[in-house]
Amino acid sequence: MRPLLFTDARLVDPERGEERRGQLLVRGGLIAEPGPADDAVRFDCGGLCLAPGIVDLGVKVSEPGERHKESFRSAGRAAAAGGVTTMVTRPDTLPAIDTPEVLEFVTRRARDEAAVRVAPMAALTRGRQGREMTEIAFLRDAGAVAFTDADAVVTDPKVFVRCLTYARALGALVVGHAQDPGLSAGASATSGKFAALRGLAAVSPMAERIGLERDLALVEMAAARYHADQVTTAAALPALERAKAAGLDVTAGVSIHHLTLNEFDVGGYRTFFKVKPPLRSEDDRQAVVEAVASGLIDVISSMHTPQDEESKRLPYDEAASGAVALQTLLPAAMRLHHAGDLDLPTLWRAMSLNPARRLGLPGGRLAPGTPADLVLFDPDAPFVLDRFTLLSKSKNTPFDGARMQGRVMSTWVGGERVFGGTGSGDALAPG
Amino acid sequence: MTFRASHLLGIEHLAPDEITAVLDLADTYVALNRSDAKHSDALAGLTQINMFFESSTRTQASFELAGKRLGADVMSMQMQASSIRKGETLIDTALTLNAMRPDLLVVRHPHSGAVDLLAQKVNCAVLNAGDGRHEHPTQALLDALTIRRAKGRLHRLTVAICGDIAHSRVARSNILLLGKMEARIRLVGPPTLMPAGIADWGVEVTDDMAKGLAGADVVMMLRLQRERMDGAFIPSEREYYHRFGLDARKLAHAAPDAIVMHPGPMNRGVEIDGTLADDINRSVIQEQVEMGVAVRMAAMDLLARNLQAARAA
Repeated sequence: MRPLLFTDARLVDPERGEERRGQLLVRGGLIAEPGPADDAVRFDCGGLCLAPGIVDLGVKVSEPGERHKESFRSAGRAAAAGGVTTMVTRPDTLPAIDTPEVLEFVTRRARDEAAVRVAPMAALTRGRQGREMTEIAFLRDAGAVAFTDADAVVTDPKVFVRCLTYARALGALVVGHAQDPGLSAGASATSGKFAALRGLAAVSPMAERIGLERDLALVEMAAARYHADQVTTAAALPALERAKAAGLDVTAGVSIHHLTLNEFDVGGYRTFFKVKPPLRSEDDRQAVVEAVASGLIDVISSMHTPQDEESKRLPYDEAASGAVALQTLLPAAMRLHHAGDLDLPTLWRAMSLNPARRLGLPGGRLAPGTPADLVLFDPDAPFVLDRFTLLSKSKNTPFDGARMQGRVMSTWVGGERVFGGTGSGDALAPG
Repeated sequence: MTFRASHLLGIEHLAPDEITAVLDLADTYVALNRSDAKHSDALAGLTQINMFFESSTRTQASFELAGKRLGADVMSMQMQASSIRKGETLIDTALTLNAMRPDLLVVRHPHSGAVDLLAQKVNCAVLNAGDGRHEHPTQALLDALTIRRAKGRLHRLTVAICGDIAHSRVARSNILLLGKMEARIRLVGPPTLMPAGIADWGVEVTDDMAKGLAGADVVMMLRLQRERMDGAFIPSEREYYHRFGLDARKLAHAAPDAIVMHPGPMNRGVEIDGTLADDINRSVIQEQVEMGVAVRMAAMDLLARNLQAARAA
């Protein structure tokens, strides 16, 4: 493979926290030191942004079990079209990814079908039931990058602290879902005026703080490595801040939906806006945006959750939770950029650098020697999203019909173009 | 024509002049219902289907009678006993019935928003007969008619709504309607039965019946569901009755001519004293039932007119 030289790029470098005009040389699938490159294929970026590919922590690919909702092939194509070069997949499948055998199936499917890298997470407890721990060492050896029961909270603290302790000895990262399951049982909205007016079963934002405080106390007991999948409320932030100040090995994420939407977007019971945890108040949204800006919240992810039409065409309380977002993560993130809330290096710190670091993956940076996983995008290009153009098998996006800005032009994984260029469909923004 | 809506999904969507239009027309139907004939042909040739996914006696009977008095062909379906059991989705059920070309669809459903969802899928007028904890618009309209006939107006009245606000669609619709008509609203009940964020609703909230009822023109009691009395929301039935049950002693705090209302069915001795409920000088509970038929006639009449105008256009 000949070297590849990107010219006239607006480089987004999260590691150095800067944007700069320049060139980027790729050699052997890796980013290379700048130098003479007479033999290189030149790629003129035309002044558009070139950034590390997104490392998306928390993607649900519905294999095994519900391939009609999403397969590794469809998710991989959606990821490539969305500038996501690594999908960190969730184990909340049917069955759960809780044995080395199931994990082996997943890694084989991912290798054969997915256009981008896949770094699988495995279940923390068997069947995500919160009773017996999984074979964490075997699973780690089979390629699991972290351990989580996804949105199933391990309710018994004794079980959870043992999992944390066992994982700690192996250096494994545990990803928790900070939520008090008693308070949040049955809820489909955040309690407040809007939920009360709509008559929806609601959960107090305090349930997140209680869940996080409990998890952090147990993490302190076990001295474990812990990542909270989604911190979405102002009330939970002080606990996170205290834990970090105390030196616990703790990080936190938030979904793009909680950064760009609020509870009022549900409007007249629009079930595509039903996510887990439910959308929050505008005050909470602003607080978590600020927490991403300050670095208190480390990671932004899509929380990509495919659901078929039938499971969403139900009364709100009965409808399934979750939204697809692999392809809308970047344009939605551009809303935060254009609003002046987060600059591009800060966004990429949260979408690429931090998740890669936390999981021990080599990508997410523009440093020489790291994989040439790159996304070229136009941060300003406007379009109106039509959900039926999405490449995911499931089309459950809350951004259907939304005006968005920020279009992915091309995506490279290990120096190979996986999206964009001649012949490949530009699904998001025709014209 | 001031009534513009094509469905009656909730009070939320109605403007004050639309509410007045329903009440004005309902007044004429009260007169009709008290006459010997009791019959009009406003809905002649139209088909009304009542779909109740949740059990109901009085609301369903009231809608059925209202349709029949206006000359509609009325069919009532107990949906719990039908295809829902066979796994059919709400939308499929709606589409099936829609294919039978009804003109008016009256729907009650245990889930909030279910009637809104259904209204998007059919091309007839939909009336919400109660959805989850969301709205029960005809109940609020019949309450408003009852109040207006007793007090001569709705604005600048003090209305105390007492009991389980959190789980009550009747309370939500009444709060919205009375707010739009510029009444002063007080909510009275234990804090465990108040919805979160209630302070933002532009209402006064108290857990003291004496304060809540002080000088009130209207005292509206809500039904306390049996399943809420088991210690999860309130400690016991008898403690609830002691603190929040309406009796003559508590009612003495209200205005001397205050009326007592209840949407029914009543739990005598839980939220209201039986003797008081039967006191024709204070209680308008029977009149509420009568107004219910008239208000539903008016609402269906107005919706049918808009439907026919839209079809003609």
